[in-house]
Amino acid sequence: MTDRISDEREGTSALQLVLAWGFVGIPLALGVLQTLINAVKLFQ
Amino acid sequence: MSLLSFLDRERTIAKPGFSRWMVPPAALCVHLCIGQAYAFSVFNLPMTKLIGISKSAPGDWKLTELGWIFSLAIFFLGVSSAVFGRWVEEGGPRRAMLTAALCWAGGFFISAIGVYAHTLWLIYIGYGVIGGCGLGIGYISPVSTLIKWFPDRPGMATGMAIMGFGGGAFIASPLSVWLMGKFHTATHVGVAETFIVLGIVYFIWMVVGSVIVRVPAPGWRPAGYTPPAQASKLITTNDVFVYDALKTPQFWLIWWVLCLNVTAGIGVLGQASAMSQEMFPGRITPIAAAGFVGLMSLFNMGGRFFWASISDYIGRKNTYFVFMVLGFALYCTVPSTGAVGSVEGFVLCFLVIISMYGGGFSTVPAYLKDMFGTRYVGAIHGLLLTAWSMAGIFGPVLVNYIREYNVTHGVPKAQAYNVTMYIMAGLLVIGFICNLLVKAVHARFHMKPEETALGIAAEAGAAMAARLTGKPANA
Repeated sequence: MTDRISDEREGTSALQLVLAWGFVGIPLALGVLQTLINAVKLFQ
Repeated sequence: MSLLSFLDRERTIAKPGFSRWMVPPAALCVHLCIGQAYAFSVFNLPMTKLIGISKSAPGDWKLTELGWIFSLAIFFLGVSSAVFGRWVEEGGPRRAMLTAALCWAGGFFISAIGVYAHTLWLIYIGYGVIGGCGLGIGYISPVSTLIKWFPDRPGMATGMAIMGFGGGAFIASPLSVWLMGKFHTATHVGVAETFIVLGIVYFIWMVVGSVIVRVPAPGWRPAGYTPPAQASKLITTNDVFVYDALKTPQFWLIWWVLCLNVTAGIGVLGQASAMSQEMFPGRITPIAAAGFVGLMSLFNMGGRFFWASISDYIGRKNTYFVFMVLGFALYCTVPSTGAVGSVEGFVLCFLVIISMYGGGFSTVPAYLKDMFGTRYVGAIHGLLLTAWSMAGIFGPVLVNYIREYNVTHGVPKAQAYNVTMYIMAGLLVIGFICNLLVKAVHARFHMKPEETALGIAAEAGAAMAARLTGKPANA
């Protein structure tokens, strides 16, 4: 029983981390970029 | 495995090897979606032309009627987070996130029907009430989970998620405008179709978050982290039951600290465009004012991460002291920037102010965790969000009515906001005093060792049963 518990792992790969962060980070970065482009007009 | 059991808290307990850095993206999946609420105003003008298409026609909705949609959503955010906080805490983040996804997407679908049928009350119920409940449940759903995964950096962890709420508008605003442009025809403005697409996209996004999310196994701690052997003066190692927290002065003092900090920020956030143009007539154009509003939103978002992360080093109480003292100085400076015509000074003042407005939201979960422990922090946070609802009424009313009063009494528009700025500064003085009065929670409010032990044993037992049998303990 103990072996079964210790054998159960849920290792997170680097690819999973990149995908997860990319899933939320890319749309956010695009939105921020768009906002910055608009904000530049404040100083023109 | 049934869907219902998949949603159980026990099913979300992470197995060894799971990286805690998967949890912030899961939380962001939800917060970036519900953060759309800040961009709802992009629909206001198109929804005043649903009949007339190119311009408002008789029978079209008025802006004042449409304004209630956002107000209702924020009101129900506060109500639902307070009412469902304990359920969210005990049911686990996956169930809560999926419920939030159903409410949020459902709100859009009902609103789409409301637009098709040109029935405003359907949008009030859809986006305002049901969507508002999705906002509240979604907002608090990852808070305690993140705090448990990041006991070494609780401020930074919750700051990341709550930053997403501030950042959601950056995605929603251009996406909504683009979609409405795609669906716009000679016979309709494309709002209903946009609502449907947004509902589908947000549902998928939030479901992904609910699938990714995990809670740490009982007793888990990050590698290399040793919890302090003794509680520091303002960081407890005890837990307080959610409804007992309401009986403590600390809860209400922090409630007022948040309410006053938000009141000061939310009023100027809503009026930033008009205020900047009126204080600098001819120098800040409507296009530049829109850029200013965008910049403020960026600082609102960035401040959520920055200030909450800083609070891990300087402490929550000190962080709020910075908000109150620096905010006071900046609000008092704003009228002078108008008097000397310094656009740069004006912009700088408001960017810092708005970063602290965002920081107030993101630092408060860790403040509550310090005061009341981690066990019910999500539920207690839910109760505290009623301060936001209250501030949502106070802030805009203060700014708008005082400006109106000044203008009707002959004060030039460029100076009409001066009194408001001093009132905001005064509110922060009260906030400073409230924050000063926050002391450690009295031991009589702490959960008794047997209650805490029972809770931990039940969690551990459930986790063990789930692993051994492949089924949740209560299935």
